[in-house]
Amino acid sequence: MALLEIQALTVDFAGKRPVRAVDHVDLAVDRRERVAIVGESGSGKSQLLLACTGLLAANGRAQGSVRFGGAELIGGGDPAGAVRGRGIGFVFQDASGSLTPHRRIGDQMAEAAVAAHDTSWQTAMATAERMLERVRLPDARRRLSQYPHELSGGMRQRVAIGAALMSQPELLFADEPTTALDVTVQAEIMTLLAELCRDLGMALLIVTHDMGVVASLADRIAVMYAGRIVETADAAGFLGGPRHPYSAGLLDSVPTLADADGAELRTIAGTPPASGMVFPGCRFEPRCPRREARCTREDPPLAAGTASAVACHFPLRRENAT
Amino acid sequence: MSGGLWRDALRQLKSDRLALVSLAILAVLGGAAVAGPWLLDFREDEIDWAHMAVPPFVADGHWLGTDRLGRDLLVRTLFGLRVSLAIALAATLISLVIGVGWGALAGYLRGRADALMMRFVDVLYSLPQVFFVIILTVVFGRGPLSLLVAIGAFGWLTMARIVRGQALALREREFVEAAVVGGAGTLRIVGRHIVPNLLGPVIVYATLTVPQVILVESFLSFLGIGIQEPLASLGNLVADGASEMETAPWILAVPAACLVLLVFCFNFLGDGLRDALDPRDR
Amino acid sequence: MSTFAFIARRLLGAIPTLAIIVALSFLLTRLAPGGPFDEEQALPPEIRANLEAAYGLDQPVAVQFGRYVAGLLRGDFGPSFKFRDFTVTELIASGLPVSLAIGIAALLLALALGVPAGIWAALARGRAADRLVMTLAVAGISVPVFVIAPLLALVFGIWLRWLPVAGWEPGRLRDMLLPVVTLALPVVAYLARLTRGSLLEVLRAPWIRAARARGLPQRIVLARHALPAALLPVVSFLGPATASVLAGSLVVETIFGLPGMGRHLVQGALNRDYTLVMGMVIVYATLMIALNLLADLVYAWLDPRIRRERRL
Repeated sequence: MALLEIQALTVDFAGKRPVRAVDHVDLAVDRRERVAIVGESGSGKSQLLLACTGLLAANGRAQGSVRFGGAELIGGGDPAGAVRGRGIGFVFQDASGSLTPHRRIGDQMAEAAVAAHDTSWQTAMATAERMLERVRLPDARRRLSQYPHELSGGMRQRVAIGAALMSQPELLFADEPTTALDVTVQAEIMTLLAELCRDLGMALLIVTHDMGVVASLADRIAVMYAGRIVETADAAGFLGGPRHPYSAGLLDSVPTLADADGAELRTIAGTPPASGMVFPGCRFEPRCPRREARCTREDPPLAAGTASAVACHFPLRRENAT
Repeated sequence: MSGGLWRDALRQLKSDRLALVSLAILAVLGGAAVAGPWLLDFREDEIDWAHMAVPPFVADGHWLGTDRLGRDLLVRTLFGLRVSLAIALAATLISLVIGVGWGALAGYLRGRADALMMRFVDVLYSLPQVFFVIILTVVFGRGPLSLLVAIGAFGWLTMARIVRGQALALREREFVEAAVVGGAGTLRIVGRHIVPNLLGPVIVYATLTVPQVILVESFLSFLGIGIQEPLASLGNLVADGASEMETAPWILAVPAACLVLLVFCFNFLGDGLRDALDPRDR
Repeated sequence: MSTFAFIARRLLGAIPTLAIIVALSFLLTRLAPGGPFDEEQALPPEIRANLEAAYGLDQPVAVQFGRYVAGLLRGDFGPSFKFRDFTVTELIASGLPVSLAIGIAALLLALALGVPAGIWAALARGRAADRLVMTLAVAGISVPVFVIAPLLALVFGIWLRWLPVAGWEPGRLRDMLLPVVTLALPVVAYLARLTRGSLLEVLRAPWIRAARARGLPQRIVLARHALPAALLPVVSFLGPATASVLAGSLVVETIFGLPGMGRHLVQGALNRDYTLVMGMVIVYATLMIALNLLADLVYAWLDPRIRRERRL
């Protein structure tokens, strides 16, 4: 049994115009496995993570099933509460936004441990200090009594990661953890994440739109488009030959050193659909270079349960993909 | 574009029912204040010896009753409304003129002149307004004119700040435009860009200033420092009512209700205008 | 910079404001057309001249100002022109305890009622409790003190006969109740709205979600992460709240017949008693400046960013 099993997860937001951000997503993450969810902004990938941990906004509703270690996380009464900060850690995109400005760093980290395991304050502070050292934050002891605004952005992200790991979770959710950082710091944080996963035996579910992150961190990749998963594959296979036209477009749009100087950047024509639109057929059809009549009528299903799957009537063949 | 701004604002305003209802009520009150006393049978200082301190709906013609001197309460309230509205509108106008002028000038001049002018505003702003207004009424005597001066002396401060802020922001933009369009376009720039951008916040804030002035004036009139008897203002009518409330509560209720209604409506209208003309500024 | 230096710097900053207030009040009262004795019954000119000399009104303005300020520094606010037997200082001294008592009580009551109400409304967002609190709050803000005061006196003092409507015996709490509640109501209303809005905004902050993601239970998130940030605007509001309470006390003391400073000020204004009005205004202004200062200090103490910057 996988560590995290997501089945038919659907997330709807109520409002003047109801929006379906996530549409019947199936996904599984095994122990110690690193899965990357890739997609453009608005594809619903962040909402997926939030729904699993019961952190949706007040007007959001999750349906379906998310099982973590066998326990169901979706339902009334905040069942995910038992798992937040304990079994599942969460690192957010904006590190400055993850830390409470008026509380000391040590306090913020320690209180999570105290709340989760009822340890003593001293033990928790000692754990916090060790965790700060583990995330390679220099001068860890001094940091404990400092406030978030006294640290740089990259340092804050390390603290945020450390805070998320206080209870040695089995699974780490990361929502675009490097997007808001400088390029050099990005590389450091990614290395750190890889190391931590290895040392702590943690699984990782990372949401990103950065192919570089995917290439360096992921074992397996799921591509999301307009709330649906359109392809899953192992990392090597995916990068060598994506099967969904959208995945191909994503990979193709990454500029490489092989491109000629001054060559135009390649993009995927069109724009992603506005949240909440309903489609009779394939969602990607309007932008797809391979579309045919069948694509407007029938919504291609994702073959569930297989290691590599694609939701397309006319998928690319692995050996032909660019 | 200026045309679009007004059209959007109008549409937003039309959807704000509270603001529309308030506008309607204000129109009714305004009309009543202006025309009401003519249409009614009694004059505001006319004493009806036969009907002293009678409740509403009891005596002929005295729809809302009379006060302890036998004066018709409805007429007196309408007169009070007239006076309060007149002072409020006049004081707001003064604040507008001084405030817009001051703020626009400071924003236009920039540099040291601007700093000096706004420092002056800051200093005045830090003074306890109500108390200095009281001092001014002691100095200039009581009565509508001195009240106008006293209230107007403070009312323009926030307006000046707002206008100066807008003027500074606009100046940045206008330089670029002016450079492109050339000298001949300046007037059109002023008309198309500066005025509509200034007008929005000015209208909003003017509408919100009116109830504040009404409250200050009635506060002073209530204490006896503002409008004097026999001239009626909502404030001193409430004071009258307070002294009679044990035996004749309607004398308090009628002007109080009128005052509260007036303030509510202006506030709701101002809020609605602010949402319409400056939605980010909540 | 140590805390002491921080306080000292703020205090020094308040002095110019106070100086301006004193100077301005003085100038304005001296500018008045006519003198304080104009409204007496016709005085023979020599007696008037004598009176004016006695009060030092025949000196040039600058000299008068100098003597006034010198007096202030000694705590002497000059004689009252109308209450011939009393100096302004005595009138202030007799009224200050009363006004301070009801003012401070009103502020404390407002904090005790308004802030929890705002928190309750924020947590019950959109539901009946929220709408109830907010409607009451709008009413409390829009209805002026001089309408609330008679209304409360009418309902509780006359109809229900629960509380006394006038009179003041030092120490008798029942006498204080109506005036304090009346003074507090507009501030309660504003604080409820302010707290609600501030808390709702803080709850939307990303670090609140992150705190929950770390597994903290909702009550800890509220108490240690949300509320401290949400209450900062409340502290800022203490300055304007004081101004509102002080202004309102004029009405409340008049209606409920309390022997406080406010009633003297109103009398002084009606009688055109310059020194009394001036002295009272200076005291009121000082109180406001003092409380603004206190609010500033509390705010700086609460917000670690400001505190730390001072330290570095």
